[in-house]
Amino acid sequence: MRNGIDRSRFRDPDPSKYNKSTKSHAYVEDLQLVDPGDARRWLSVGVDTSESNRAATFIQKDASVVHSRASMEGVEMMPVTEALETYDWLKDYLWRHISPEKDPFTEHASQVPHNGYFIRSKPGVKISQPVQSCLYLAEEGSTQNVHNIVIAEEDSEMHIITGCATSSHVTSGLHLGISEFYVKKGATLHFTMIHDWGEQVDVRPRTAIHVEAGGVIVSNYISLRPLGSLEMNPTTILDGKGAVARFNSILVATHGSWLDVGSRVFLNEPDTRAEIISRAITAGGTIIARGEMIGKVAGCKGHLECKGLILSDGLMHAIPELQGHVPGVDMSHEAAVGKIDQREIEYLMARGLDEDEAVSTIVRGFLNVNIEGLPPALAAEIDKAVTETQKDMM
Amino acid sequence: MLKIEDLVVEIEGKKILDRINMEIPEGETHILFGPNGSGKTSLMMTIMGFSGYTVTGGRIVFKGEDITYMPIHERARLGIGVSFQRPPTIAGLKTKELVGLCSREKEVDIETLADQVNLAGFLDRDVNLNFSGGEIKRSEMLQLMAQQPDLVLLDEPESGVDLENIVLLGDVVNSLLERGIKCPRVTREHAHTHLKKRTKSALVITHTGHILDYITADQGQVLYDGHLCCVRNAREILKWIREYGYEECIRCAMV
Repeated sequence: MRNGIDRSRFRDPDPSKYNKSTKSHAYVEDLQLVDPGDARRWLSVGVDTSESNRAATFIQKDASVVHSRASMEGVEMMPVTEALETYDWLKDYLWRHISPEKDPFTEHASQVPHNGYFIRSKPGVKISQPVQSCLYLAEEGSTQNVHNIVIAEEDSEMHIITGCATSSHVTSGLHLGISEFYVKKGATLHFTMIHDWGEQVDVRPRTAIHVEAGGVIVSNYISLRPLGSLEMNPTTILDGKGAVARFNSILVATHGSWLDVGSRVFLNEPDTRAEIISRAITAGGTIIARGEMIGKVAGCKGHLECKGLILSDGLMHAIPELQGHVPGVDMSHEAAVGKIDQREIEYLMARGLDEDEAVSTIVRGFLNVNIEGLPPALAAEIDKAVTETQKDMM
Repeated sequence: MLKIEDLVVEIEGKKILDRINMEIPEGETHILFGPNGSGKTSLMMTIMGFSGYTVTGGRIVFKGEDITYMPIHERARLGIGVSFQRPPTIAGLKTKELVGLCSREKEVDIETLADQVNLAGFLDRDVNLNFSGGEIKRSEMLQLMAQQPDLVLLDEPESGVDLENIVLLGDVVNSLLERGIKCPRVTREHAHTHLKKRTKSALVITHTGHILDYITADQGQVLYDGHLCCVRNAREILKWIREYGYEECIRCAMV
């Protein structure tokens, strides 16, 4: 036990133990020509190789950027190395809110960088189609260390779909992702991240989000498939009047999976608002669902909601934390961990559903957090994944 | 349709229904009166087969089949439908989806049914989430309309329903039970459909009896302290209860 958390099922990966000599992959101009197996994996995490209804696409396979293209005015998409050469000012955006010495994983990612994406929406531009990116692990037992920068310039609007996956034959690996997001005055950034890793892949995203006055960040995170371990706790700084952060996460931990997922939001200015909602199901694995809000000024408002279902053995540890530093902060939380209510099951059985049908209907409903701003095709894809996942869990 | 013989039921070892005998023939609607805590809801939950209601004696026969120990969903599929007083909320499940599930293979027009119970705006809401008492009742009816059971068990259908909607609710119950008299004009050709033999049966639980202003019944019974103690015309029973209260009504039955 450390900090009251049962870590007996947990092993921390050692970055030095992974294969560093990642071989390079060729750039692909026409995504129609990629391996159909890869394309299917990408589609399962929301990345569409037809690029229809997408404003821009970025795909990185292991350490190689294999595709990077913007097809719509007002959005920029580049490998971060190229962007740093293009824009002299960009270096000031690196490591601004995350320290390279934060922890051994961040340190490793800073020492052995493997590119990452740079996405920017230009001032005042509302990008009507989502921007997509895919970080793909194709080499067994290797690391992928990316550094991503997203800038939503003043009064712009953008939706990014990021899918992270492993090639179907990969079972182990380590993904380290440093991400720094900047939401400028009056801008809105939707960020939807879907993970589908291999069974022993360890994942350590490190994210900081800075939001200026009137800016909005909506972040959705979905992880339904088995993985080794995942630890992420993005920090959001609401740094201007009226800035808003909304986080939704849908987590499923099957046997052998360890998910330690949270969000930390600093409410530093008046009228800032934050909402963190998580729905987690353990079917044999461990889920630590965190949420932390730090209210620094009067007139900020926040709500945390952690709901967990335990379907079979496993650990569900909800840790909601609220810190109010002055009078006049308004923050609340709601956490519930348990099994499915027998009354709900019998209610549905009285309508003619057998017990299995009733349970799966309730589980689907539980995971059905209404995620705003998703393209209908992706919403349908997620719904399908939820249905398949709950079948696997039963 | 439904036959209950010498039924004894316990909850956590405590006897709550004692040697109940009841028969609801095909096409008949029976009213079950009784003060709070008399066991009315328990009887309904036992007929449906809910957990926690342990049958320690007697049996329940539906359509000639002994259903005493049958799982809930099999009873539902055999044709029993329930309207609950306080159904649970199911987060994330849309009312529309549930109504679809209730209909199983049957073709139903969910939107039209929802219009009939004034719930068109509720189809995309989570089942029972923040519904008022009256909205719950209408949502229960909507589910039953899709389910089309042969025996309907209604638990206090009128409680919590405002005056405007109680008329609507009465109409819905009547149409569920094929007791509707709402018809523009009975022509010669249509007349036979009205004279067709009714097949739907019902057991309606009521504490106040107000529902009798809106639906018709074939018979009434009074349940008191786990015993069925009076069987006669439903309106007559209601008159007695209204005039003299349950205590007196029971005393009469004891004589």
